[in-house]
Amino acid sequence: MTAPTLVIGEPVPVDDRAEREQMDRVWGSKPGFWGWLTTTNHKEIGKRYITTAFIFFLLGGIEAAMMRTQLSRPENSFLGPDKYNQIFTMHGTTMMFLFAVPIMEAIGLYFVPLMVGTRNVAFPRLNAFGYWLFLIGGSFLYVQFFLNTGPDVGWFSYVPLSGPQFSPGKRADTWAQTITFTEIVAIVGAIELIVTIFKQRAVGMSLNRIPIFVWAMLVTAFMIMFAMPAVATASMYLALDRLVGTHFFNPAEGGDVLLWQHMFWFFGHPEVYIIFLPATGLVSTMLPAFTRRPVFGYPAMVLALISVAFMAFGLWVHHMFATGIPQLAASFFTATSTMIAIPSGVQIFCWLATIWSGRPRFATPMLFILGFIFLFVIGGVTGVMIASVPFDLQVHDTFFIVAHFHYVLVGGAVFPLFGAIYYWFPKVTGRMLSEKLGKWNFWLFLIGMNMTFFPMHWLGFYGMPRRVYTYLASTGWGPLNLLASVGALVIAISVIVFLVNVVTSLRHGEIAGDNPWDADTLEWATTSPPPAYNFLHLPVVQGRSALWDEGDEHQVAVGTSTERREVLLTTTLDAQPDSRESHPHDSIWPLAMALAIGVLFITAIFTPLALPIGAVLGFIAFAGWAWPTKEDVESESDEKVSLEGA
Amino acid sequence: MCSRFADRAVRAGTAVIAIAALAACPRERRTFHDSPPAASVAAESAKSVRSDSGVSREGPYGDNAYALYQGKTLFAAFNCMGCHSHGGGGMGPPLMDSAWIYGYEPANIYATIANGRPNGMPSFKNRITPQQIWELVAYVRSMSGQGSKAARTSRNDEMEVRAAESQTTTEKPVLVTPPPTVNPPAQEGHP
Amino acid sequence: MAGALLACAGCSLHNTQNALDASGPQSQRIEGLWWLFLPIAAVVWVIVIAVMLWGAARKRSPREGMETRGGAEVVAGDEARDRRMTRIVAGGVIVTVVILFLMLVADFRVGQALTMAPGTQAVPIKVTGHQFWWEVQYPDSVPNKTVITANEIHIPVGVPVVMELTSLDVIHSFWVPSLTGKKDLLPGYRRSLWFRADTPGVYRGQCAEYCGLEHAKMSVLVIAQKPQDFAAWRAAQLDSATTPSDSLALRGKTVFMGTTCVMCHSISGTSAAATAGPDLTHVGSRRMIAANTLPNTDANLYAWISDPQRIKPGVLMPATKLDPRDMQALVAYLRHLK
Repeated sequence: MTAPTLVIGEPVPVDDRAEREQMDRVWGSKPGFWGWLTTTNHKEIGKRYITTAFIFFLLGGIEAAMMRTQLSRPENSFLGPDKYNQIFTMHGTTMMFLFAVPIMEAIGLYFVPLMVGTRNVAFPRLNAFGYWLFLIGGSFLYVQFFLNTGPDVGWFSYVPLSGPQFSPGKRADTWAQTITFTEIVAIVGAIELIVTIFKQRAVGMSLNRIPIFVWAMLVTAFMIMFAMPAVATASMYLALDRLVGTHFFNPAEGGDVLLWQHMFWFFGHPEVYIIFLPATGLVSTMLPAFTRRPVFGYPAMVLALISVAFMAFGLWVHHMFATGIPQLAASFFTATSTMIAIPSGVQIFCWLATIWSGRPRFATPMLFILGFIFLFVIGGVTGVMIASVPFDLQVHDTFFIVAHFHYVLVGGAVFPLFGAIYYWFPKVTGRMLSEKLGKWNFWLFLIGMNMTFFPMHWLGFYGMPRRVYTYLASTGWGPLNLLASVGALVIAISVIVFLVNVVTSLRHGEIAGDNPWDADTLEWATTSPPPAYNFLHLPVVQGRSALWDEGDEHQVAVGTSTERREVLLTTTLDAQPDSRESHPHDSIWPLAMALAIGVLFITAIFTPLALPIGAVLGFIAFAGWAWPTKEDVESESDEKVSLEGA
Repeated sequence: MCSRFADRAVRAGTAVIAIAALAACPRERRTFHDSPPAASVAAESAKSVRSDSGVSREGPYGDNAYALYQGKTLFAAFNCMGCHSHGGGGMGPPLMDSAWIYGYEPANIYATIANGRPNGMPSFKNRITPQQIWELVAYVRSMSGQGSKAARTSRNDEMEVRAAESQTTTEKPVLVTPPPTVNPPAQEGHP
Repeated sequence: MAGALLACAGCSLHNTQNALDASGPQSQRIEGLWWLFLPIAAVVWVIVIAVMLWGAARKRSPREGMETRGGAEVVAGDEARDRRMTRIVAGGVIVTVVILFLMLVADFRVGQALTMAPGTQAVPIKVTGHQFWWEVQYPDSVPNKTVITANEIHIPVGVPVVMELTSLDVIHSFWVPSLTGKKDLLPGYRRSLWFRADTPGVYRGQCAEYCGLEHAKMSVLVIAQKPQDFAAWRAAQLDSATTPSDSLALRGKTVFMGTTCVMCHSISGTSAAATAGPDLTHVGSRRMIAANTLPNTDANLYAWISDPQRIKPGVLMPATKLDPRDMQALVAYLRHLK
């Protein structure tokens, strides 16, 4: 059978039912439970990631509610110190490692292939492996938590408190291994995004035409590749100190307690931009639909993303201003921390220009975008304040910092996330979310946010440090804490409204068409929900707004195989057709590999035998994964294709 | 299709978590007020090094990481190192080997610490609480590898003078003959 | 806004643990930075939100500049408008850079002022962090004139104080917001912090780096006194404990020496010399106990010694079971130790 050549041309209007059925056969998952376990479809995996990460968000929210209940009155006895310390550690670890980064990557894994016009991510089985490992790692943390072995040393686990002497038992080891799990998951997602974005874009979608969300995910993926290894190494050193008896952080034997802080924050600062940049990408990609114009200043927006990514690696010491580092060194980090406000400012000004010159429609996603700007600017200006060393020496490790980072993380990432859910829910499920409940959700969330976190700025000034399970009545912190706790209740209600909205809309929501928002990115060019193969014919792109710049002729690329799974690879810069790449069939081996690695990491806490056992299991799983199948052998030759006129 | 399986998965996961919560690992328990078996029990065991004292094989804290950590802290704070060094012994016998003069069961060691022994081991029962004594008992046993491996303490953030307790191989304890009494009975302990 | 009203309510509590109620030059300089930053931040935020809301809500004529592209109704391209907006955005960026630069200059000037050495007449104090209390020493060139105390630091008003900070276990952080910014106590490091109190008063601080179970109740009191009062206090702290004449307190001393207390605490002038817990030689003169968790009264001492785990679960100090009369005697002895 000769491989068909690639043809760019207009779609011929025919009855495409047979073609669709054939594509479903080739790209669809197998039926039943086995199909559920073996799927490598990025949308299935993306939905699971999003759902699982959202469940972790709810768990983290419950932990927050428990903390706020305990702090609502002085000397409250709702939670003792041991439980409270576990809960605030779980809240931070859950939100940062199990919710914020995975959900942004998950939205990327679902939507980037659709936005760039391809059929799946670059390495489908690796993607499945990433999800299973995420599920295993997150479940491990929570099972340990319910076994009273949840970490209690703070989400950043400073040594020596988390070290071998001062943290008895397996709690800190649980934390270290959770990091290892989630860091691998993040790197897996980053690899998928980078390769998919560079090599699998639609013909004509040169790099200067990709949606800003895709740019954001590309930049974020690179940040992940550079930042995650730092925390992985740090947690490995911690595990070695605790389990093997090394001295990385032992001053008496030549180690250094500040080494931990440097390594952790070298990751930790880029981490917050890893969470924030995708959110800015979401905003930039939703805004055109609600202002009826492309985002103003595309080159400036892209350069802002890239410069934030670079600068983010130069700020980490601002988390350590109180440790007594030399003044000159600290000043350097003050300067860089202040400087990073400039590209963020560029983004905000461009958004304002878009809104100003556009024709706004105030659907729920747009409300969340406006709320995002409202909240993020507050967080941003307090951020510039705490870049200052003397100012930070007062407010570091107080509730002022808690207020700052919740404004930038909840305002700056969770609000765009909720907007994105309202925006893309129709695409994923085929039904619209209720606008009425959406507005209730938004307003309750905005009011609750401010009620909870604005008073905390003052609590910081009045001397309330972080991570305290209680406080004396004589401090006078009671009223502001009570206000914050009531605000937390309002946030909880808004999240419940959201859940009610999701559950009822799944059953009774208005049917969305292909493009209910009349938006401009490629995912709206296919059905809602998209079929397993994304697009019947691979789209060809003629401008930055893929759907608005289409012109009168709708071009597609035909010629990739309809007998087996095949995607079109295009050149990195100009997205000209390059070659065809076979994709593997669904496989159980990613799950097997995730289980093998799960066994390796979890039992490593308890016995060194974990390494040989895990190695053997991993080897078996890897052999199964890499074993050539009949179909792989047949489709080995990937010919270079040339362009033929329509 | 996938929602049905997701449904089952959620139910299975909830069941696992519920079971785990009921199990609640004893290694990680942290009790700040405790009334472990006290002096009377230890007094029984002082009568015979092999008596059945009613205390479990591991003692009340043998498998509890927090208690072992407290025991190690107290071992330093009460200057046990003054006579026993870091387990290698000095004026007092080594504690990290397999030789036990007055018994190696938790109740025996409790009696040793509480009542003292001939040849210089002071009596601490008026100086430290029963809970503290049991924590020390658990720690002392862990120095020779007795007790739960997973709960044992690891190295301290200080100069390394011996392998960490969690790295110690378990030595099967044996009773050895007590040396002849050359000193009068011990006086009350005082660091 | 509700937040601002509540903030003012907080101000009026006259909290001596308040960065916005500065009583020394360090915290005053920092407070000055806040009052510079706050209006800038507020103005920036108001302008951004005003532009956003106005831009979103401003009236547009129904068919103003719309066109149909790719089957969708979109705002028509307009090069002149785009050039105008580019200039405005660029202008905004330039203004941002200028404001940030000015803030940076203010930062560096205050930072420099804070780190300049105070001069040779500063009072040196060594603070060592423990879980969960502060060991305080006033070193002297003559070693036996070193004052050793815990949790309550006296300083002379108007005289700079240089603290040498370290820790013997985990990382803690010394923070008295009314007087100065914080500095971490790191094991393996000696850090220094200097500050001055210009108004007499009692200033409260708390450990500001999570250090374990009772991080929440590890507070410190800094009491700024007139220099002559400070000198008198320091001289009194050098005295050893006297034998009480009161029979109850005398009995209490016997109880102290005969029970768990001597295993961890020291009282100079007696044979109690352990260093695992705070020095108690002058515990009766301190305003509060348990690292400034409870006022120093008979009832609180009784409750604390009977079961510290009820008040600060997780501290190293055990519950001491004593006959009530013995306990009363013990409390009387400790109150005698002024």
